[in-house]
Amino acid sequence: MPSYLASIGMEVHAELDTRSKMFCRCPVAFGGEPNTRVCPVCLGLPGSLPVPNRAATEMVLRTALALNCTIATNSVFHRKNYFYPDLPKGYQVSQYGETNPIGYAGWIDIPKADGSIKRVRIRRVHLEEDTGKLMHLPAGGSGVDFNRSGVPLMEIVTDFPPDIESAEEAKEYLVQLRSTLLYLGVCDGKMEEGSLRCEPNISVRPEGSAEYGTKTELKNLNSFRSVQLGVRYEIERQIAALGRGERIRQETRGWHEGREESFPMRTKEEENDYRYFPDPDLVPMAFDEAMRERARTSLPELPLAKARRYAEQSGLSAQDCALLTADQAWAEFFEQAVALGAPPKPVCNWMNSDFAKRLNEDGIGWKASKITPAHLVDLVKLIESDAISGKTAKEVFAESFESGEMPSAVVLAKGLVQISDRDQIEAAVREAIEANPASVAKYKSGQTGVAGFFVGQVMRATGGQANPGLVQEAVKAALEKV
Amino acid sequence: MITRLSAAEIAREIAARKVSAVEVAQACLGRIASLDEGYGCFLKVDADQTLAQARAAQAKIDSGEAGPLAGVPVAVKDNLSTEGLETTCASKILKGYVPPYDATVVSRLKAGGMPILGKTNLDEFAMGTSTENSAFQVTRNPWDPTRSPGGSSGGSAAAVCAEMAPLGLGSDTGGSIRQPAALCGVVGFKPTYGRCSRYGLVAFASSLDQIGPLARTVEDAALLAEVVTGHDPRDSTSLPDSTIRSDGLKKSSLKGVRFALPKELFSDSNEPGVLEQVQAAIETLRREGAAFGEVSMPSIVYGVTTYYIIAPAEASSNLARFDGVRYGPRAEEGAEHVGVVERTRAEGFGHEVKARIMIGTYALSAGYYDAYYLRAQQVRSRMRREMDAVFQGCDAILSPTSPVVAFKIGELSKDPLALKLLDYCTIPANLGGNPGVSLNCGFSGGLPVGLQLVGPAMADERLLQIAYSVEQALPEAHRRPPVP
Ligand SMILES: [Zn+2]
Repeated sequence: MPSYLASIGMEVHAELDTRSKMFCRCPVAFGGEPNTRVCPVCLGLPGSLPVPNRAATEMVLRTALALNCTIATNSVFHRKNYFYPDLPKGYQVSQYGETNPIGYAGWIDIPKADGSIKRVRIRRVHLEEDTGKLMHLPAGGSGVDFNRSGVPLMEIVTDFPPDIESAEEAKEYLVQLRSTLLYLGVCDGKMEEGSLRCEPNISVRPEGSAEYGTKTELKNLNSFRSVQLGVRYEIERQIAALGRGERIRQETRGWHEGREESFPMRTKEEENDYRYFPDPDLVPMAFDEAMRERARTSLPELPLAKARRYAEQSGLSAQDCALLTADQAWAEFFEQAVALGAPPKPVCNWMNSDFAKRLNEDGIGWKASKITPAHLVDLVKLIESDAISGKTAKEVFAESFESGEMPSAVVLAKGLVQISDRDQIEAAVREAIEANPASVAKYKSGQTGVAGFFVGQVMRATGGQANPGLVQEAVKAALEKV
Repeated sequence: MITRLSAAEIAREIAARKVSAVEVAQACLGRIASLDEGYGCFLKVDADQTLAQARAAQAKIDSGEAGPLAGVPVAVKDNLSTEGLETTCASKILKGYVPPYDATVVSRLKAGGMPILGKTNLDEFAMGTSTENSAFQVTRNPWDPTRSPGGSSGGSAAAVCAEMAPLGLGSDTGGSIRQPAALCGVVGFKPTYGRCSRYGLVAFASSLDQIGPLARTVEDAALLAEVVTGHDPRDSTSLPDSTIRSDGLKKSSLKGVRFALPKELFSDSNEPGVLEQVQAAIETLRREGAAFGEVSMPSIVYGVTTYYIIAPAEASSNLARFDGVRYGPRAEEGAEHVGVVERTRAEGFGHEVKARIMIGTYALSAGYYDAYYLRAQQVRSRMRREMDAVFQGCDAILSPTSPVVAFKIGELSKDPLALKLLDYCTIPANLGGNPGVSLNCGFSGGLPVGLQLVGPAMADERLLQIAYSVEQALPEAHRRPPVP
């Protein structure tokens, strides 16, 4: 059997995080009673007219710049004409053409498993409006909820021929893209709520073949995991089919989350003729140099650049840096803690272990928790100065997380300060040796394992507060001397 | 009789407390009740609503916060959205549709204290030039009830002509205000594209549609234009600072006013009687000091063709929303969506509308777009450049409004092509976005002949001033129809 190469194109729709819809003043929100966030415009009532949301336009402009796109000087809205019950006007306002989208011909870098960087070319970043949602009514029949109708939607499409060649890369592309959108503050990135939707198209071809295989499009992927699983499944399915001598049908397939397999949804027997033409109700958007420059200077440092900077400045591993920068607020926490004088490595370790775990359990971000960068700096300093042991530190952190008390205050209040005074420790060791002559005898006969027994005795005697390293040293020295 | 007065006169009578807004509304409603059965101008009249609006207007007048036309009622074309008042576009597909919102022009009428008398008949979705293509009724010309009032704003034009309403609102996509004004012998004005908000105008061809007044005098048309025009943030194509001011109209002479006469619009496609009357008017105006120069605008001959690609293309998309899902009658519940939409549209749209949707769909189809729609847009740009060049040397382009006088009802309905060719004088102003006005310049065989003036974009005030001076110079401008 020949070996196959996979090619994956990614089409991502991101609902923009604007207050109001694309062409009317209706609020943008998730859920709620059907048809409560609607007006003549987003219901497509006769005579209503669209007025573009400038915030949405700026968001797409900033995204296009962050994705290294060329920006159209004049960008036109087109009508994409087709009939569907969730499409109130009988057309969707979108953007058509090679060089008409707000941004085109860009790229994004994604880290590969081996630590190198892969560049994925972006074909277009454009602005359009979302449709309503069909729903089956409990009483039978179906209805349409237009709450989502007219929500601003940004479409980001990778270039052809595809640069993405595996399920892992597809997932990594989405991870990078999502965190870029979150950094830009243009999308909340909630795949499970559908505010970030990903439709990969997948094809395989025998190694050495110049021609690309027939592609299938995959829908219903609502997590990173399902994107990775779905793409992998589809690659394997196609390779197996070709191995059996079958042909791949050009079709749209759905992803069944539970069964972890794809199923055919509809075949693309005939290309729909959408009869695109410039929407005469809307004037072209003009982006002059001043506007582009303003948008460019407003861009934040993006995740991959930030991760590289962390690696250079603090010597953290690529893995650590990726975790720290995946979320902008998280990176902010790290930077603030380091700025307060804490060494980066322990701060990073605490953030990515206990802190992240507790936040996850509560399902909140750090800003909603009682822990500030100052708390973590305080904690790290207590450990670094041997004031508390690592084990105690976990207790102290848990306490601080609950109460919001500073770790040093918790340590004082609970009397948790570690005993690092050698005289005090040595005295305790002497006491233990004097009280247990039988064990001393065992040690002398060569059973050195009983040293642990003496360490335990000392720790118990000091209420667990003795510095365990020092106790070990002292026990060993004392036993040698007896 | 108060209904015989011009809108300006009625407003003065009301301001002088000689008559109340309610009495004016009652007089108009009374005249509609007694006359309209013979003319078919109105599709919907709701006297209670009208009188309530008149009472509210009178209260405003009494408290001294009323606009210049407060208390003067208006007949509104039935493709303008009116909250709580059925809006059908004279189509079965919108039968029973009661909008939840007012068009911007309607809100402005209400804010100006101008009661709405009712919704007037039109060719279905404003597609036509005779008002015969209404799904509900035929409108008759007050000069001769066996003849058409023109269209598509024939209901408003005939209502103003027959003095059922002092003022009317129409919409003009290819001449739909000016042509019925010409055939009914009244004044029709289409403002520069973008000066009157289209919000709430049920779209026919978005890049061509413009709302404007129908009136019995130029002054009345200007006064109503001032009320309804002006920038509207709800219409992206609305221009800034676009209110048309009417306070500058003066009785001034035509000395030094320069008119261009495009030879393409004076061809023998015009009826001899029409050409005669327009030529006679030109002579009268020349004696008043106006200057005339013949010009050539070669692309005008492509105007109708260009229009009949762009307008149906936009219409095919604009009318896609009528699928029976959210409003209007729906064909019997079927198995699936496609079938319901197909049957709803098959039953709901009339023949002419279907024909235009099909032409427009074809023109936008893959493989034909460049040859038709794109090409038409190129011709349109070229025509604009030609018109701009002509305006370098004149104040207005003068021509007949319609090549024919009012034709017999049914006479042309079997010849849709001939009907479409009637638009060739009016279409250029829509393709160029220019302001255009039609007023009566004389009679041929007892029927009114319209004179059209087209001005440079944004020169609406100047155009209305010229039209006002022309009107003063033409003795026949205000002859009354033989209506009781
Ligand atoms: Zn809305």
